Amino acid sequence: MGVDSRKMAFWAFIGSECLLFGSLIATYLVYKGRSLVGPYPHEILNIPFTSFSTFDLLMSSLAMVLALAAVQRGDMKQGKLWLFVTALLGLVFLGGQFWEFSHFLHEGLGLTTNLFGSTFYVLTGTHGAHVTVGVIWLLTLWIQAVRGKLGPKQALTVEITGLYWHFVDVVWIVIFTVVYLIQ
Amino acid sequence: MLRGAIYFDAVRFVLAVLLLFLTACSGQFPQSVFAPRSDFSTELAGLFKGIFWWAVAVFVIVESLLLIALVRYRARRGAAQPKPVHGHTALEIGWTLAPALILVFIAVPTMRAIFATAGHAPEGALRVEVIGHQWWWEYRYPTLNISAYNELHLPVGTPIQVEMTSADVNHSFWVPRLGGKRDLIQGRTNRIAFRADSTGEYWGQCAEFCGASHANMRLRVFVQSDSVFQRWVDQQRAAPATPAKDSPAEAGLQVFRRSACIGCHTIAGVAQGKIGPDLSHVGGRATIAGALFPNTTETLHRWIMNAPSLKPGVLMPPQNLSPQDLDAVIAYLQSLK
Amino acid sequence: MKSWLTTTDHKRIGLLYFWTAFGFFLIGGLEALIIRAQLVRPDGGLGVSAEMFNQLFTMHGTTMIFLALMPLSAAFFNYIIPLQIGARDVAFPRLNAFSYWVFLLGGLFLNASFIAGPLFGADRLSVAPDAGWFGYANLTSRQFSPGPNVDFWLLGLQILGIASLAAGFNFIVTILNMRAPGMRMLRLPLFTWMALITQFLVITAFPVITVALVLLMFDRFFGTHFFLPAGGGDPILWQHLFWMFGHPEVYILILPAMGIVSEVLPTFSKKPLFGYTVVVYSGVVIAFLGWSVWSHHMFSTGLGPIADSVFAGTTMLIAIPTGVKIFNWIGTLWGGQIRFTTSLLFAVGFIAMFIIGGLSGVTHASAPSDLQQTDTYYVVAHIHYVLFGGTVLGLFAGMYYWWPKMTGRFLSESLGKVHFWLTMIGMNLAFFPMHFSGLLGMPRRIYTYPAELGVARFNQLSTIGAFLIGVATLIFFWNLLRTRWQPANAPANPWGGATLEWAMSSPPPVYNFTVIPTVASRLPLWQTERHAPMVALPAEPPAPIHVPGGSWWPMITALGLPIIAIGALAHLIPIVLAGAAVVIVGIYRWAYEPFEM
Repeated sequence: MGVDSRKMAFWAFIGSECLLFGSLIATYLVYKGRSLVGPYPHEILNIPFTSFSTFDLLMSSLAMVLALAAVQRGDMKQGKLWLFVTALLGLVFLGGQFWEFSHFLHEGLGLTTNLFGSTFYVLTGTHGAHVTVGVIWLLTLWIQAVRGKLGPKQALTVEITGLYWHFVDVVWIVIFTVVYLIQ
Repeated sequence: MLRGAIYFDAVRFVLAVLLLFLTACSGQFPQSVFAPRSDFSTELAGLFKGIFWWAVAVFVIVESLLLIALVRYRARRGAAQPKPVHGHTALEIGWTLAPALILVFIAVPTMRAIFATAGHAPEGALRVEVIGHQWWWEYRYPTLNISAYNELHLPVGTPIQVEMTSADVNHSFWVPRLGGKRDLIQGRTNRIAFRADSTGEYWGQCAEFCGASHANMRLRVFVQSDSVFQRWVDQQRAAPATPAKDSPAEAGLQVFRRSACIGCHTIAGVAQGKIGPDLSHVGGRATIAGALFPNTTETLHRWIMNAPSLKPGVLMPPQNLSPQDLDAVIAYLQSLK
Repeated sequence: MKSWLTTTDHKRIGLLYFWTAFGFFLIGGLEALIIRAQLVRPDGGLGVSAEMFNQLFTMHGTTMIFLALMPLSAAFFNYIIPLQIGARDVAFPRLNAFSYWVFLLGGLFLNASFIAGPLFGADRLSVAPDAGWFGYANLTSRQFSPGPNVDFWLLGLQILGIASLAAGFNFIVTILNMRAPGMRMLRLPLFTWMALITQFLVITAFPVITVALVLLMFDRFFGTHFFLPAGGGDPILWQHLFWMFGHPEVYILILPAMGIVSEVLPTFSKKPLFGYTVVVYSGVVIAFLGWSVWSHHMFSTGLGPIADSVFAGTTMLIAIPTGVKIFNWIGTLWGGQIRFTTSLLFAVGFIAMFIIGGLSGVTHASAPSDLQQTDTYYVVAHIHYVLFGGTVLGLFAGMYYWWPKMTGRFLSESLGKVHFWLTMIGMNLAFFPMHFSGLLGMPRRIYTYPAELGVARFNQLSTIGAFLIGVATLIFFWNLLRTRWQPANAPANPWGGATLEWAMSSPPPVYNFTVIPTVASRLPLWQTERHAPMVALPAEPPAPIHVPGGSWWPMITALGLPIIAIGALAHLIPIVLAGAAVVIVGIYRWAYEPFEM
């Protein structure tokens, strides 16, 4: 059909993941405003901080685009650099999530505290797990590149990695909008 | 072999219709949906019958076409290659539109009935709250200030507003001859409304799987004339009977007071247990144990001695009472009319 | 033996799926027979305990749906699709093997619960799931289901979900990307079309139940209140999530069988399928509409009149594309030269029984009427007419049709006819009376009923019918086994089929086709108005064809999943981590293994 099988499979996978995150987001929305006790979202969500996290993730997607472009044209020096930067920015995002979760826990919002806590942590935690997998994936590719085993011939692999990474980013935009911005 | 198939289907069909009419006789089928005794159940039975006959018509037509095709076009020796027909647009349109039209005839009465049976009783209806427990029923009459358990009493000809919820898992309140079922869900209140048309005793049971003794969560509804109903209400409002001095029932009251019973059951003025049904008027009930057994000395005996053996999973543990104590307690309970 | 453990050949994987699924089908059938035996008499039946009964009907449903019917369809997806589209294998052969091993291990994990009681300090041997195949909250909460039963269920289903998803991605890519030259989408065999639609339903529906199961897992393991009112949760959310998966799931179950019927009828009528394009599009429409009807499983939960009306409407609507298929099948038979092979008999049986199941479905679509039908034996009748009378009969049609291709040996036609008639009598005797027991007030999922209900006679009929089905199935099993001692003399195209799976020998060579064919019509092997039959493919390939070797990594990676599940069951994090490690190492070795298609 004109699309490489691995890429097509990955698009199907992304379609499937849309339903996964969609169900989690729907659960969050269904239970919005129905927590029996606090802390409540408006008391605890820090929009400036999370905006920075979001920006970081967006920049990581830019780095990913640059990484792919470099690999496609055979510039492995740039390819290695941008793959590493993408992973690094992903790690910064995860660090931010970790910090945010610790702060929330400190403020009294745990997984079982109320419906907000449960839906928030499961939704963002699932997303964070996806980012983690992505970071490991990127670092694996980076190690391959450092070993000289990644080149333009593996551009499709990098492209699929990029698809995954951009998808994870888009999911974050939706979460950020639904959870943080629209309260 | 094919003619056999045709007869097979025809016989089955005729049997089906016959059996359907037979089941309209209510006597031996206490939970039949075809013996409606309320406006709610009558509406539903009528709706089903309407749809059923459309289904029968479609069944006859389509199965006949199938069978005719099989008989007429079976392979014969030396026959020519069949004409390779790929389709027929007019037929496709026809057999898309015809079912759609039939569905309109089903949809319109359906939508009407949905709104007619949405569960809002008219002003002045008698309110009854149903609370489901694993595996028994609690009824409260907020305007009459009484409660009942497992057996619901209702006045005939009066609109009833039933509001239901659960104290634990999902249940479903279903008395087929009085109406369709509605689920009891913790944290939600569901409603049905109906007006019973004739006096009588109606059977029902829980219709949503609710654990080990789901099959044993049964109920009775007694639809009564206004005067009989009022007498029953007064009886429930009255304080539980005090047994006569030195009677077996009085001995039973003493046994009750010093046994595990008081941990779970309420008898007004005697015990305040909140786990099992209130027993203040248990002697007046026709059944016990979630309408599982008739209320007799013998069944009470077996139930009190070892409830879990009769109703798996029930919270009431086997009781360690001496035969005299057991007889006394039974006498006491039977006195609580 | 080793070659079977490491195989990546779709034909072998298809046979593995077949035998494993058939084994689970027999187990599910045994569970049904015990249920029916218990219900033959009122007031306590034969003495099967309530707890055991609740486990039996839970496992019967779960086994039949996830371990028997879906994998039997998968057996045919695996064996037949690459052949029908003119490919040498599926797009991702190792992923294909992975799906099989995960299915096998998930099924074993789920059934291990029958003997795992002692490991959990239970007072009985069996801690099998017992909250229904649909596991409604809040009965499934830790409070009301304290034992490991529901944990087995939710972990087992999550494992099985991975198998289905992986296969879904695989077949979508295979069908879209690996068709032979000339095989445009509207030249695809109907079975492959229905399989494609089914896979799209799988990859969109399974994530929803995955989320539901994960939320339930969090409630049971970590103390959240997603479905628990005490913490603000709503048990109804479970029902919505479950049925958003559950309704597409029933189309996942029926569409492949409809695809099989659409292959069998033309072959044995010697006519092309009537209305091919309409049948394809009706499948697509059913898949889309199937997403809009889920709350018709919830008509008694108090959705409100507006929601009730909408779902009643969409449910009635979906009857239209379904009916259209039936008319097109009759149109296929009409004017043909019908050969009554066992395969054709089962296909016709499918149509006859599905009409009944479909019509009782229409009665369910009417929400108020459904208030007297839902949760009673009337709906048990409906589901068995569509799932047994539909899916199972369709799968049998496929078995008799494709067994010679898959094994080179014929199933006995005389035993087949006995199987067919006994099954038809048995299933109607078993399930038709259930329409009555239901409308006479017998609810579902009850281990006993009082004699006064008056349904004992109907239950007796149902029990006799069920045992007849059992006998018929054993006859079929014998038919399968005895082919082992048959000469492998089936020709390439024993039935005169039109599609590519009949082009090469029975069974085909390991590389499927000596030369990848070019197709010019929907019916490549037939003479049509515009095309001569495809030129016969050469007996030997012109140049050596590379056949990929096997791989251990799909099976090893699959092994990690039940290990994770066991760790979760036992609340032992080290085991969970060990299982995860197996999965991760397996994936890495798999990714870096040199594997040429």
